[in-house]
Amino acid sequence: MGARVPHVRVENLRVLVPSKGGDIAIIDNISFAIGRGEVLALIGESGSGKSTTALAVMGWCRHGSRIGGGQIFVGETEISALSEAELRPIRGRRIAYIAQSAAAAFNPSRTIIDQVVEPALIHGLMSRQQAENKAVSLFRALSLPMAESIGNRYPHQVSGGQLQRLMAAMALITEPELVILDEPTTALDVTTQVEVLKCFKAALAQAGASAIYVSHDLAVVAQMADRIAVLKQGTLREEGPAAQVLENPRDAYTSSLLSAVRPAPVAAKAPCDAAPLLAIRGLVAGYGALRDGVPSVPVLRDISLELQRGGTLGIIGESGSGKSTLARVIAGLLPAAQGQVLLDGTPLPPAVAGRSRAQLRQIQMVFQNADTALNPAHSVAGILGRPLEFYHGLKGDAATCRIAELMELIRLPRDLIHRPVRELSGGQKQRVNLARALAAQPQVLLCDEVTSALDTVVGAAIMRLIDDLRRELGIATVFISHDIHAVSAFCEDVLVLYGGAPVEMASREVFNGASHHPYTRLLLSSLPAMDPAWLGRVQPPVPTCAAAQCADLCRFVQRCPVAVPGLCDRVAPPVHAIPGQRWLCHFAPTSVTERDQA
Amino acid sequence: MSGGAGPAQGGLAGLAPMLARRLASSAVTLVLVTLVIFALANLLPGDAAQEMLGQSATPEQVAALRHQMGLDRPAALRYVGWIAGLVHGDPGQSLVAGMPVREIIAERLPHSLMLAGLTTLVAVPLALIIGMGAAIHRGGWVDRALNIGTLSLVAIPEFLVATLGVLVFSVWLRWLPSIALVSAEATWGETLRSCALPILSLTVVVVAQMARMTRAAIVDQMDRPYVEMARLKGAGTARVVLRHILPNAIGPVVNAMALSLSYLLGGAIIVETIFNFPGLASLMVNAVTSRDMPLLQACAMIFCGAYLMLMLVADVVAIVANPRLRAQ
Repeated sequence: MGARVPHVRVENLRVLVPSKGGDIAIIDNISFAIGRGEVLALIGESGSGKSTTALAVMGWCRHGSRIGGGQIFVGETEISALSEAELRPIRGRRIAYIAQSAAAAFNPSRTIIDQVVEPALIHGLMSRQQAENKAVSLFRALSLPMAESIGNRYPHQVSGGQLQRLMAAMALITEPELVILDEPTTALDVTTQVEVLKCFKAALAQAGASAIYVSHDLAVVAQMADRIAVLKQGTLREEGPAAQVLENPRDAYTSSLLSAVRPAPVAAKAPCDAAPLLAIRGLVAGYGALRDGVPSVPVLRDISLELQRGGTLGIIGESGSGKSTLARVIAGLLPAAQGQVLLDGTPLPPAVAGRSRAQLRQIQMVFQNADTALNPAHSVAGILGRPLEFYHGLKGDAATCRIAELMELIRLPRDLIHRPVRELSGGQKQRVNLARALAAQPQVLLCDEVTSALDTVVGAAIMRLIDDLRRELGIATVFISHDIHAVSAFCEDVLVLYGGAPVEMASREVFNGASHHPYTRLLLSSLPAMDPAWLGRVQPPVPTCAAAQCADLCRFVQRCPVAVPGLCDRVAPPVHAIPGQRWLCHFAPTSVTERDQA
Repeated sequence: MSGGAGPAQGGLAGLAPMLARRLASSAVTLVLVTLVIFALANLLPGDAAQEMLGQSATPEQVAALRHQMGLDRPAALRYVGWIAGLVHGDPGQSLVAGMPVREIIAERLPHSLMLAGLTTLVAVPLALIIGMGAAIHRGGWVDRALNIGTLSLVAIPEFLVATLGVLVFSVWLRWLPSIALVSAEATWGETLRSCALPILSLTVVVVAQMARMTRAAIVDQMDRPYVEMARLKGAGTARVVLRHILPNAIGPVVNAMALSLSYLLGGAIIVETIFNFPGLASLMVNAVTSRDMPLLQACAMIFCGAYLMLMLVADVVAIVANPRLRAQ
């Protein structure tokens, strides 16, 4: 960069939050610079202050915090010296913001086009008609379908990936010189994330804007950033060119972040030929009224699987693939329409209400979000005491004793026992959530996205804890996750769901190999790699069949790159099986690979 | 997700069936209301014959008058007769005044509607301004002052507000008349002047609740990410509140307003009495004391009908403002 003046300069930034004992600095002494057209990534765990820092560059402080020191320059303008009224002409004009959840950041009551053109109208840059024309050309550039008319819809009428791109159009319509992207793909499926990242990268390059990219995902950052700044607890741990930070991190904390992304595979259990603990046969489930044994909104179709005592099964798939529904059916929260769930060879009644207390105790669920699954006003002892009394009749000293044991099991200090849940951190809450399930002493533990609300490092610790407990206590575990790395490291078997159908079931050895169902291949190829060139390499599959959706046909046919017209859109796919792998496709996984390369 | 093709605009065309459904359910409610009103009216001790003849009447005289008035017919028969009349737009004959109920109401209803209408014109904008002002300055001294102000207004009984109003504006300042004289000959200016104090009193009663609900509905939206997004687009406070927050807050606000405004017809009794205002509420109270059942029932039906109308309007506004409800 030499003598060139950087575009954005942040020097010794401090952000303060008022508290009873004086101000607390949540951002302390952070400095960085961004050259014109460069992308700087801010990475760190939640609470590290990455979003706070990024928003401070717009002069925006959340929840009563304020900039309490240091200077922020964007071009010639000293942002940190401007009043609220002086900042308004800059926000949305020179500096634009792209929020984490487009679904929440769009006003639900107004049409999309209204909101996309708003920045241009607020700043008086063009007429409404000009702004709408510009928006449509941006929609095209961001490869949105039906660019002419999509703006007339309301936010709830378009998909999450589309909404995120529409928000990019909203940010770019004023041709800002700096764009702040705050975890813009975190809420998306991996397959959607690839498309959105490609669009963002192309749009930023074309606009020539500098950018601050806030993320916790190092692999995503590797695709987007020229420079990376690592934050922890409001301080800057490391800052440098992306390649250097990713390949030769200077800071120990950066190394720990890097290693948490790819958990090392855990040792497999010795195979046993005993009868399966949990078996599912021909399961069909969904919502709405039943007709000939098929629900009006079918979610799961013809699922069969087996789980050994102490075994682990990972279930992966995009949102809406029926992962959580499967857990709900096993737990009896959603009665199956057809098929059976067998525990130790005995069929379980489909609904929770029909199951005996002993049967309920055997299968326990750990819910995704400990914040909502645990009553924030209850104490840890109250939450753990309830299943102890309900399933084991433990009260008084016996219960206290057992609660202490459970706390030891989940590695939480004993003095947290009488604290209300709302005073615990996210990771602590998830441990209590886990202990609540363990209190019942189940044989099967259903873990529904238990780490998705947690930071990478904390999430990896929870996964290791569950794995240890499974070994010690011999509990069979079902992991539902969109984190394919974690599932393939921790689970002995992996089930891939697409549109409620089990497209592939494989042992870990096979799953970590090369031959897969086309959908699994798409999922795996959508996982961002640490290699910065990955995004340029990855090609979205080109569908070969324009088939209508039909109940019996392959669910994936519309997106499949290797579907054969006349076969895949006519005939239902057969189930193939070889030792260690079972798949739902007309073609063998190996031939898929060969066709791909041809 | 609504289909793929075409602009999936939740147009107003989908509103008609919903409106028809709501109207039908309002009609059913009204039928149930007739039953309740009739049953309650018959639970009142004594009847019109007894009230007219007084305590000194012999049972024979009372029975004779009762027969003459048709009060000795079975209740079911009287109910059917009443309903049949209502359907034809004839709520019957006043037992006490000897006039058709329709004529008595036709004289009073316009007065009540005018008072309610004028009060609405004053109270609704005032409540919106107070509510939005308090919400924008949430936690600041403006908010606290408005909060204390509205709370104190809710706490003061309306007869006190009305009496204080008379004391200040009629007795001390001599600006306004203490009695509301409404006549067909009076000009609009005179009518407004004579109704100013009743309007003021009623506004004080209803504005506080509406303002507080407006504030709550707006504050509920203020921390949403889309509001932060609007700010970061460079939108000023007025734009954020009017263009972004209000469309999302309008549902609960209109609902609270409909509830408060429904009070203006039937609940204005104290204000009507203090200012000697010839409205429907005092008419109904007179009908109760004289056991004039046809008149009483007709007034009650009007109040219930007005209430149902307001609720319907509130629901429709809430649906029109919310594209997600509209699409259903």
